Amino acid sequence: MLNIQSVDKIYPNGVRALDRVRLDITQGEIVAVVGGSGCGKSTLLRLIAGLDPATRGSVALDGDTILSPHPCVGMIFQEPRLLPWLTVAGNVAFGVSHLPRGKRDAIVGEVLLRVGLSDYADRWPRELSGGQAQRVAIARSLAPRPKVLLLDEPFSALDAFTRASLHEHLLELWRALQPTLVLVTHDVEEAAYLADRVVVMRPQPGRISSVFELGLKRPRDRYSAELEAAKRRILHALDQSLRTRSAGDELVPAAAI
Amino acid sequence: MSAMDAVQPRDAAQPAASPIPSTPAAKPRLGTKFVLGILLPVALALGWEIAVATGFAQGRLMPPPSRLFKTLYDLAITGELWRHIGATLARVLAGFALGTIAGTIVGAIAGASRLAKDIVDPTLQGLRSVPSIAWVPLFILWLGIFEESKIALIAVGCFFPVYLGVFGAISSVDRKTVEVGRMFRLSQFQLVRRILLPAILPAYVLALRQGLGLGWMFVVAAEFMGASEGLGYLLVDGQQLGKPDQILAAILTFAILGKITDGLLAAASAPFLTWQDAFAPKN
Ligand SMILES: Nc1ncnc2c1ncn2[C@@H]1O[C@H](COP(=O)(O)OP(=O)(O)OP(=O)(O)O)[C@@H](O)[C@H]1O
Ligand SMILES: [Mg+2]
Repeated sequence: MLNIQSVDKIYPNGVRALDRVRLDITQGEIVAVVGGSGCGKSTLLRLIAGLDPATRGSVALDGDTILSPHPCVGMIFQEPRLLPWLTVAGNVAFGVSHLPRGKRDAIVGEVLLRVGLSDYADRWPRELSGGQAQRVAIARSLAPRPKVLLLDEPFSALDAFTRASLHEHLLELWRALQPTLVLVTHDVEEAAYLADRVVVMRPQPGRISSVFELGLKRPRDRYSAELEAAKRRILHALDQSLRTRSAGDELVPAAAI
Repeated sequence: MSAMDAVQPRDAAQPAASPIPSTPAAKPRLGTKFVLGILLPVALALGWEIAVATGFAQGRLMPPPSRLFKTLYDLAITGELWRHIGATLARVLAGFALGTIAGTIVGAIAGASRLAKDIVDPTLQGLRSVPSIAWVPLFILWLGIFEESKIALIAVGCFFPVYLGVFGAISSVDRKTVEVGRMFRLSQFQLVRRILLPAILPAYVLALRQGLGLGWMFVVAAEFMGASEGLGYLLVDGQQLGKPDQILAAILTFAILGKITDGLLAAASAPFLTWQDAFAPKN
């Protein structure tokens, strides 16, 4: 259980990136966070990750207040952020280096198999495509078996085809290990296809505009009418979040996000 | 038509496309390049040799290559050359070691702490702009005319590039990479060992090579201030006794030694840098 308890984040330059954000996420849930640029989505993930402290309020995982990176929380950034001086296997093993060698190798082999990169263990990061590198990053964050996986627009730099195949990889992993997934995305289809619940945020100050359950069963069909309806629902909520800004603000159509 | 022909085989050999054409193409080009590079010096040397042999020019101040190699050979045979090389090499290595250690430590401290940087960096930048030779009288006063003052001068020369390299490399390590370490809850020590050190290694090796290059420059200055052996001594001695062939022999030896030590340093660091994704011309 992940509890975000009325969190404020004010950056040193005075930007109110988060304003009284409150959200409870149950173990194993997939939550998509959507919203316009600058509404605090990355900030929220960084607070959950323990990379930045909250100005007020707190984040707790199973009752433990998160003050610094928690052993049960993993993060996948927008870029793969592989360490160029380690091979693929070395990168994947990075978070489990305290384990004895045999056990570590077994874990590395297993997670690489899951992301479909078993044959790439000895490659250097420079020898990977963008999608492969992002899969290695996913494997690296999975190796320590996190209970919560935070993903900050992990697939946004990839083409639609690679993205769709990574969605399948991610869902497969989720089925096997049942981590909580908090996924920031700009892609409405991605949110509709993956999430149990969608959190819509709005900017200045960044706060939650609406939260709703999609109520779709898995496996889902990308082209089904239900999914289309879910996409429209998310778009509508995004539109609302931008329209209800104080008078005088320019209106940005949600399609522009 | 010809464009089609050019495209066709490349498409057919797609998976192996990159390694196969590049290797045979690179080999002859490398050979050609080497030949092109030594063409000019060899031609000049030969021309001079012929000019002197046929009496067109006299080789008193500028001895022909044959005399130069004869001088080198004689120096080598008597064992004198090795004594001088040994003396110079020992000074360079000692000064390089001292300068590198000091530069690494101070650079690391300045890179790691904003406060330390603000205290140390302005002074060092000021000292850096002092011409090396200006230190000579001071070091002689402080340390005497023997090895200590020479090694100190070389160490000063090596210190600055190493300091700047380490300091610059640490302060340009990407915050994003450091965050990966933080996500996996590395301790401060692990962060240094597993992220910072590997991240700065390429820049560090460059700094070391630069430092070593300056070490070779400074050893000459050091040996000019009165040495009884060393390649710099050969230079001074050659000037005083009017032996241009000895001067040239010493210069040639400097060139060779500088190249060899730099090559050794590069070769020793290469295994640690195979991961690099920088622009690197083949060989
Ligand atoms: N380190 C920082 N210092 C000061 N202000 C910041 C910092 N990081 C972000 N901000 C500001 O905080 C607000 C929220 O930023 P955040 O990165 O969380 O947005 P986001 O929702 O992730 O946007 P995007 O979708 O464009 O990634 C923005 O107005 C941004 O300018
Ligand atoms: Mg962001």
